[in-house]
Amino acid sequence: MPVSPKQARTLKHRSWVAFLVVPPIVFMSLFVVYPILSAFAYAFYEWRGMARGEFVGLANFKEVLFGATMAPTVWNAFLHNVYALIALMIIQNGGGFLLAWLLYKEPFGFRFHRVAVFVPVVLSTIIVGFLWKLFLNPNFGIINQALYSLGLDSWAKPWLGDSSTALGALILANAWHFVGFPTLVYLAGMQRIPSEIIEAARLDGTSEWQLLKNIVWPLVAPSTTILFTLLFIGAFNWFEIPYVMVGLDGSPFGTTDVLGLVFYRTAFGNQSASIQNFGLGSALATLIFLFIVVFASTLTLWLRRREIQF
Amino acid sequence: MTALASSSASRKPISFAFLAQVILIANSFIMLYPVVVMVLSAFKSTGEIFEHPFALPNFTQVGNFAKVLGETSMPTYFMNSIIVTGASIILILVLGTMAGYAVARYESRTNTFILLFFLAGLMLPLKLAVIPLFILLRDLNLLDSRWSLIVTYTAIGLPSAVFIMAGFLRSLPSELEDAARIDGASEPRIMWSVMLPLARPPMAIAAIQNAVPIWNDFFFPLVFIQTDAYKTLPQGLTTFMGEYTTDWGMLFAGLTIAAAPITLLYIALSRQFIQGMTAGAVK
Repeated sequence: MPVSPKQARTLKHRSWVAFLVVPPIVFMSLFVVYPILSAFAYAFYEWRGMARGEFVGLANFKEVLFGATMAPTVWNAFLHNVYALIALMIIQNGGGFLLAWLLYKEPFGFRFHRVAVFVPVVLSTIIVGFLWKLFLNPNFGIINQALYSLGLDSWAKPWLGDSSTALGALILANAWHFVGFPTLVYLAGMQRIPSEIIEAARLDGTSEWQLLKNIVWPLVAPSTTILFTLLFIGAFNWFEIPYVMVGLDGSPFGTTDVLGLVFYRTAFGNQSASIQNFGLGSALATLIFLFIVVFASTLTLWLRRREIQF
Repeated sequence: MTALASSSASRKPISFAFLAQVILIANSFIMLYPVVVMVLSAFKSTGEIFEHPFALPNFTQVGNFAKVLGETSMPTYFMNSIIVTGASIILILVLGTMAGYAVARYESRTNTFILLFFLAGLMLPLKLAVIPLFILLRDLNLLDSRWSLIVTYTAIGLPSAVFIMAGFLRSLPSELEDAARIDGASEPRIMWSVMLPLARPPMAIAAIQNAVPIWNDFFFPLVFIQTDAYKTLPQGLTTFMGEYTTDWGMLFAGLTIAAAPITLLYIALSRQFIQGMTAGAVK
């Protein structure tokens, strides 16, 4: 059957479009879709090293959630992720909101402050972690050195070696690293509020606090939604800062252990105990993933509802 | 009475502005001072750091930097970071522009499906699929090579690039294409010579948005790379920090060298960096 010129054109057109879309889709399928689907499947098998063994149903999940050896570690770590999430929501996102409000008024030096607050954000988490680890060193770190020189010797502590301060130190290092991100996202959100609204409120004699609480906060709700969701995902994927500052075991005594560290130890082992278990690791990853998806989407839907269109 | 009221009304904003200044200056100090101490300490010997942690150093004393660059693997790590980041960004832009262009400029019933497909990729944290990815890369013989990182980063960055490119390309008027089509230009030619030259700004956004996390990533090299010659900067830094634990001058010099390129680039291009890195969270 002869091909009409029109058909030839469509064929040519179709192959051109296929040429554009097929490579990216194949790439994504191979390196994202396939690994993620496999991650779920792997959790249902027993693993010996890197070889897949028998199908074991939910045994890996049971061990992760209720097993005598694994579950206490997992729940202990989970609790620390929750602490980090709550603390960072207040310090990082809350602090970012307040800083954004101060920057929004474009005070003297506004450009400088805006650039300064974002400097740590561009640094590698590894650099940030090591830097603060050196600063928090009990003998020679600048934190304790500063306390000594101010005569506050009794305040000096081995911050990362003390069970009561280690997790807090990690959280503060993380907040230092990332506070610039919510600051500038909130700032962009505030700049999108029509200025008549704020001017009108000012003319009515609204106090600063009421302006912030009743007008600005509700109107930047879209920024809040996305920042809280991102923080939620970040807090339950937390890995680099603890890994660099306190090591794979969440020392001292597991008081800084988080799910990311547990996952890495389970899946890829550590120096002290080189056992690796891909089955348990996959089960843990799947559970973390499901937890994030369920809670993050619930959170997003709930936060979305309070967003106001303007 | 009136005078009193007006004076208190005008004093209030001033005191608020003053308080705001104090907080902003304190915050900028907290943000920058640790970086400054890092750089200053890099010019000191370990003894000087321990005894005078806050003092200004002798800036001609660059021995630590010379040692880091001359006697350690830091230059290798640096080159690897440049190769891996550069190759990933090129792949992300090429593949992202292809898919974005097709979705934006050609009507098709599959467009929604393609966009949903990439949207899923945007939401799923590939970190949690690292075990199957590890096995896949082993089977493809890519494990413990720079390619293992390049394909992983491309997969992570591709969805956002597709959305940025599609969003921009869709906003271009179709008169441009139609004029070229009437002149008899082929579709590839229209894309390459007419449309893409206009698409440089979104490409820059997509590049920065992805380049910073790729340059800084630590997790995937930690899992995929064993050979020292293939390590990127963040992973190499952990090796380096482990080797020189007691030589604080070296440690700070290493951190300074690792932080320098991205910090300087950020200071030069802060507007583009901020725009690029917050692009996902700001509409």
